[in-house]
Amino acid sequence: MKQITVISGKGGTGKTSLTAALSTIIRNKVIADCDVDAPDLHLLLNPKIKKTMVFHGLKLAERDVEKCIRCMKCYENCRFDAINDELDIDEDKCEGCGVCSYVCPVDAISMVDRDTGFIYTSETRFGPFVYGILKTAEEASGKLVSMVRESAIALARDKNMDMIIIDGPPGTGCPVIASLSGVDIALIVTEPTKSGIHDMERVLKVVEHFRVKPLVCINKYDLNIENSLKIEEFCKRNKIEVVGKIPFDERFTTALINGKSIVEYDAECEATRKIFDMWSRIKGRLE
Amino acid sequence: MIISIASGKGGTGKTTVAVNLALSLENVQLIDCDVEEPNDHIFLNPDIENSENVYVEYPVIDKEKCDLCGQCASFCMYNAIAVTKNDIMVFPELCHSCGGCKLVCPRDAIDYKRRSIGKIESGKSGDIEFYRGILNLGEARTTPVIKELKKKIDKNRDVILDAPPGAGCAVIETIESSDFCILVTEPTPFGLYDLKIAVDVVRRLKKPFGVIINKDGVGDKKVEVFCSRENIPILLRIPFDKRIADLYSKGVPFVLEMGEWKERFRTMVDEIKERLA
Repeated sequence: MKQITVISGKGGTGKTSLTAALSTIIRNKVIADCDVDAPDLHLLLNPKIKKTMVFHGLKLAERDVEKCIRCMKCYENCRFDAINDELDIDEDKCEGCGVCSYVCPVDAISMVDRDTGFIYTSETRFGPFVYGILKTAEEASGKLVSMVRESAIALARDKNMDMIIIDGPPGTGCPVIASLSGVDIALIVTEPTKSGIHDMERVLKVVEHFRVKPLVCINKYDLNIENSLKIEEFCKRNKIEVVGKIPFDERFTTALINGKSIVEYDAECEATRKIFDMWSRIKGRLE
Repeated sequence: MIISIASGKGGTGKTTVAVNLALSLENVQLIDCDVEEPNDHIFLNPDIENSENVYVEYPVIDKEKCDLCGQCASFCMYNAIAVTKNDIMVFPELCHSCGGCKLVCPRDAIDYKRRSIGKIESGKSGDIEFYRGILNLGEARTTPVIKELKKKIDKNRDVILDAPPGAGCAVIETIESSDFCILVTEPTPFGLYDLKIAVDVVRRLKKPFGVIINKDGVGDKKVEVFCSRENIPILLRIPFDKRIADLYSKGVPFVLEMGEWKERFRTMVDEIKERLA
């Protein structure tokens, strides 16, 4: 089974629109949305949910005011400033380490599960789709990403699919690392802006650190040809293949408003053709 | 006044707003808290004068004293310690520095060392006092870097905090210390969905907030409808304009070429201050 993760470093370069377009083209695959902080792919895929799993991330400290003798040991030992001098526990700051519960001499603090998010297994017009949604202000998104991927792998095995395409999160931290580990290809979607180039270079280092093969797609390449050339030169110097140059096209937004991928919305337009070309190149690299 | 700039979705224009707002105000601090992908410096070219490391603690095991009882490993919620029959291993990048392993060790075999996970750079760009945090590549935890950055806040001035995208603890860490939060969105279905997530975050933190619609004119009117239904003030609309997009792609803040926008940003800040008064 092959796995491709679409990432970008910088947000808003078009990861999700391109993942949706590729999902329209690729046969026999499972789609996974690992941008669990701000998952958008389901807005386009209109999934019919088959199974919902509750995700418990970190635990949460809970103080029993009846038992508490206000010795302040929990307050003194918490490294996350999650307990104030009134001994209120701030659930946004608690990282669930359990130190407060351990040091409490009267057993007044217990560590309880919190519903951190949900994992949905669903069916869409493009095939099976797994996505995770983190509840507002919850943490442990890296762990949720790993669980979405595990569900996607199980589903792919179950349905005899030979590929998983993953819409990754922005950035370079925990969730990005979790969405990259063990995949075959990282498709980095960049744009010809100074920020896009800067962020691509940073995320490439993460991709290399985890020994994943990078491929680059320049989205909206005609918005600044000079910068697009710079990206191509950079990739050439670093022996990274540019597999796609997709033109700027307002139809991406129009398609989105109509709940469609660009490939569905306009099968003839240049952007669609370029996406087909890109996929045939990626396929070549997977074999 | 401390203003945080956030958005659920990435790429909506947080950096654009933060940088152009900073250039429109006087005597201002700009702190880039998007430590995974900080970009404000691209537009401001600050002279970096200082760079300091951000450290976190991690456990070091004294193997003479350790009898492999495994209590540290079973206590650790983050799987940062593994004990086998013959050995004990620490995975520093998984450690949250909670201090628990040392507390539970019955043989006093654990001590802490510190390691750098990123840095904070500071300098000047014109009269803007600029800070940014940078997470080392391959590191997972952003909050220690943001916590250090927040220590640089000078409450006697106007401060702009450029938050990371998303809705997780890095965003909360940033928004929490501000007086007002600006949510930047774009008028598309993705923009609206992620705006709703961001609105949940600021409401949960009980922060006053408003919305800037960037790339106004590209999509549909649903963001406007949502804001009016929810009584969320729209502070500013930045049009989808080839000139602005072109300047952005070159790393040029658009207020430098389109001076009339400085006044608009200043008026917006005055209105925010009135709102808070």
